[in-house]
Amino acid sequence: MVGQKICVVVISGTLERLQAAAMLASVAAVSGQEVRVFLSMNALPHFIKGSTAEAPHEGPMGDLMKARNVPEFKMLFEQAIELGDARLYPCSMAMDVLGIGSEQLEDYLGEATGLSRLLTEVQDGQVWTF
Amino acid sequence: MTERKIVDGKGSFCPGPLMELIVALKHSQVGDELEVLSTDKGSADDIPEWVRRVGHDYVSTTENDGVWHIVVRKTK
Repeated sequence: MVGQKICVVVISGTLERLQAAAMLASVAAVSGQEVRVFLSMNALPHFIKGSTAEAPHEGPMGDLMKARNVPEFKMLFEQAIELGDARLYPCSMAMDVLGIGSEQLEDYLGEATGLSRLLTEVQDGQVWTF
Repeated sequence: MTERKIVDGKGSFCPGPLMELIVALKHSQVGDELEVLSTDKGSADDIPEWVRRVGHDYVSTTENDGVWHIVVRKTK
């Protein structure tokens, strides 16, 4: 198919960055690209099961997106997995810091991933950081 | 037999209409035509680009009262 593999590293927990990362991941996945998403730092707590905390907004775009019918970022990540070849991996360090196990994270997340594994994944792909 | 399905993405923002088109394509037969309705201009511009990238047939785009109609034919 088209294009090369992309690795999306999401560190920020703000709405604008999560949204941009989810849009990129979903559109790349449905275009036939292999997509690997690595969730770390402030991004990861949004993927704890039952998390209702709203992602903080960085600026006016975040407020506007909330008021409009913009697809929800978690839904876009799920669609990327469902409709294409996308996988989401939680950062093992962030899980340790939060004191959580895989069973506390959304079921569509893959196994805990450390930096060595991430470096292997990114070897043959583009890296996008949010 | 070909049929034209309407995919109503009105009111949704990028990439909502595209994702709705992709779901509809999954449930369609080769040769079917799908007509995406979008009120988001960005999606109207980007959907034909996606169609070309993945190799379906892009048929046409028309705009009527702020609603874009993007017609796509499934090829595989």
